[in-house]
Amino acid sequence: MSRKSVMPGFGPTIGFTLLYLGLVVLIPLSTLVFESFKLSWDDYVHIITSKRVLSSFRVSFIAALIAASVASIFGFITAWVLVRYSFFGKNIFHALIDLPFALPTAVAGIVLATIFQPSGFLGKLLSDLFGLQVAFKPIGIVIALIFISIPFVVRTVEPVLLEFETSMEEAGSSLGATRLQIFTKIIFPNIFPALLTGFALAFARGVGEYGSVIFIAGNIPYVSEIVPLLIVIKLEQYDIEGATAIALTMLVISFFLLFLINLLQLWVRKRSGQL
Amino acid sequence: MHTAAQPLKKDKVVTQQRALQDPTWVRWSLIAIAISFISLFICVPLGLVIFQAFSKGLQAYWSALTNADTLSAIRLTLLVAIITVPLNTLFGVISAWAITRFEFKGKSFLTTLIDIPFSVSPVISGFIFVLLFGAEGWFGSWLVEHDIKIIFAAPGIILATLFITFPFVARQLIPLMQEMGNQEEEAALSLGAGGWKMFFSVTLPNIKWALLYGVLLCNARAMGEFGAVSVVSGHIRGMTNTLPLHVEVSYNDYDVVSAFASASILAALAIVTLVLKTALEWKQANR
Amino acid sequence: MSILLSDISKNFGNFAALNHINLEVPEGELVALLGPSGCGKTTLLRIIAGLEHTDKGRVIINGQDKTDQTVSQRGIGFVFQHYALFRHMTVFENVAFGLRVKPRRDRPSNDFITKKVHSLLDLVQLDWLHNRYPDQLSGGQRQRIALARALAVEPSVLLLDEPFGALDASVRKDLRQWLRNLHHELHVTSIFVTHDQEEAMEVASQVVVLNHGQIEQQGSPTDIYDHPANAFVSKFIGQTNIFDLDEHDNDWLQTAGLLQPSQQGKIAHVRPHDIIIEKTDNHHTAPATLKDWQHLGALIRIELVKNESNGSDAPVFAEMPNEQFKQLELAKGDKVKLKVRQAHWFH
Repeated sequence: MSRKSVMPGFGPTIGFTLLYLGLVVLIPLSTLVFESFKLSWDDYVHIITSKRVLSSFRVSFIAALIAASVASIFGFITAWVLVRYSFFGKNIFHALIDLPFALPTAVAGIVLATIFQPSGFLGKLLSDLFGLQVAFKPIGIVIALIFISIPFVVRTVEPVLLEFETSMEEAGSSLGATRLQIFTKIIFPNIFPALLTGFALAFARGVGEYGSVIFIAGNIPYVSEIVPLLIVIKLEQYDIEGATAIALTMLVISFFLLFLINLLQLWVRKRSGQL
Repeated sequence: MHTAAQPLKKDKVVTQQRALQDPTWVRWSLIAIAISFISLFICVPLGLVIFQAFSKGLQAYWSALTNADTLSAIRLTLLVAIITVPLNTLFGVISAWAITRFEFKGKSFLTTLIDIPFSVSPVISGFIFVLLFGAEGWFGSWLVEHDIKIIFAAPGIILATLFITFPFVARQLIPLMQEMGNQEEEAALSLGAGGWKMFFSVTLPNIKWALLYGVLLCNARAMGEFGAVSVVSGHIRGMTNTLPLHVEVSYNDYDVVSAFASASILAALAIVTLVLKTALEWKQANR
Repeated sequence: MSILLSDISKNFGNFAALNHINLEVPEGELVALLGPSGCGKTTLLRIIAGLEHTDKGRVIINGQDKTDQTVSQRGIGFVFQHYALFRHMTVFENVAFGLRVKPRRDRPSNDFITKKVHSLLDLVQLDWLHNRYPDQLSGGQRQRIALARALAVEPSVLLLDEPFGALDASVRKDLRQWLRNLHHELHVTSIFVTHDQEEAMEVASQVVVLNHGQIEQQGSPTDIYDHPANAFVSKFIGQTNIFDLDEHDNDWLQTAGLLQPSQQGKIAHVRPHDIIIEKTDNHHTAPATLKDWQHLGALIRIELVKNESNGSDAPVFAEMPNEQFKQLELAKGDKVKLKVRQAHWFH
């Protein structure tokens, strides 16, 4: 299997890796696939095409799509500012970007719900100013997912911006390009694959996100009920079949996204000459 | 999926000087946009946790923290972390060694498999263990017969957390060890060192900061995981509630002080994680 | 200690990196493995060290078959191309490493280790750096520390992978001389890999020329230069003019009376210093025109253009001492006569 290497320990380490991976990840995950064999195709289609399930998929996907887009735009600006400019408090700012990674989702969930509820600090402000209610509406889901998405975009774009050869900008400028032309014709095309990867990562995470969303979403069936929540609800109703069908669909979508993200990352690395 | 970036390289700070070519108004508007965005989505939520936790005074905060249910949630959370973090750390080091030090077929596929738990919804991560060990599950009746409780008990929570935090350490080590190459290790071998000696005197010192960093992230997630744990725990107060679940239960009971008191512990954990993470990034870059 | 390689072969996938290599290195020699990049020289060095496995063949060091021993057991010293110093250890600890990892019963006392390390650091003239970390050293200093580290375990053979490859030109010159002197002092059998023929000729007592995973020639620098075994070696070592008697240059060579067909082959390689230039008054029959010249220190390199050649328009290069060139009083555009002192013939 392996090219003989002088480094010691291939047998034991690869053996342990495969065993542990199998026990902790692959076997548990495969139960979902085997469980779904109990369903007939018609049952499956019936469950997935029920109005409530379709609505939940629509809510999850649209919310994740909008949130990832918003996070991509602002995340890009944030990464740009962090890499290119220096200003007071930049280091603290830099460290805070990862807060959504580190803060448990339940905490994020209750905090966002408290801020955006009609009596909350921002919720009151928004409804007074624009008559906009955020909490317990689909837009609440978007807010929660933006929070979750920020570090994915910033942390994917940032290293590529750091590696970016500024001499390319200097070359562009020496050839008479304006700053805007340099940005649109030189910088952006080089950063774009990374930005797209960040977007995809944020989107994939957003579709499956649970903890930070359920507190702010209101969870009204057909309106603001997300797919992961519907799985939990089916499970609580002892509807294992329903939960399995939805979970399997989600899993397939996740794997597809994972595959897509791997392709994107390959593209990024090729672009930046690491391959 | 978690791309918590590689530590930044120090020699890259130079770019700032030359890049200050953007017009001043562009620069300051972009800085303003970024700061407002991050403040709105990150600083305000963080401040609110502290504000709410202390909204009824220090006394109420303290009694919320020392109440029996909260204490039991803290105990369970610690237990989960103490079991899962070392296991996944061990896995991370061993798998990174196998993957970065040898050439074999299916290597990149294996690396992708390791990432799987990042891309699976937390709810599904919990659900698969219900399918395996729940009352209706594959081993359900056997477990009932032998009076073993996994789902709605600590073992289920531990298993789900093990799954969720599985890739963290490996994810940090693989790119680093790949980039490092194995010349120093070859040098150690050529000087007569055995395998273990080489690992402890050359490999480990070189990866220690990244390893700690992975452990830190793994720990933060193990203590903070909500979705997966929520599915397998059954929310039994004082029994199977971890700290994040305790936050949820209290919040749903309109016990705001208790919810935010518990949340403040988790937020403090997050902040400590970020501070240590920043320190470790710096250490790794100046290794 | 002598090194004997018998019938070594190594493939990477479909690529044959080494093809039936047989090589004997007598005790105390300083051998250069010389060849273009990708010729398999580094792979061969790593196989001798035990850092790479062979597909076939035996590695015998001092009469003992070491093929199945790991790199740690072989007792060799290896100096890596980029030094591979342990970044988290001081210079002192780097050099002491090989002694500290010995099994307890063979491990010398701390006092002995301290003395030994300092004497090695003295040997490489860097004892004053013993408390520094590798990151604080210059390239040349790292190189010498890497050498001291490899020597600490008193290796039976010393192997160096492109020892001067990563250094500045001036540092490289000094270190070459220094390595040669060090070898005279220690007399440990050493092999180093290089792609720089000048370096190989200057430092080594024996040169092994490799190409496409095969040994083209082995011999002393003088042997290799004066009696190249084949066209590859002749082209790779030093400058050479190539004349093909069957092809385009034939007519020109005949007219010029430069080279007569030989039993030894059809292609003649002529070193620039074997071409003698003479002034001529007969401008019509002169075979070459002086186009340009360059100073190479004590020598002058003269670039000549062939007159009336319907063959290749490659210039002919000749070299002669400065003084001699001045006496000829030539100017650009002058027509000259040529003579060939000696040629190497290949098929």
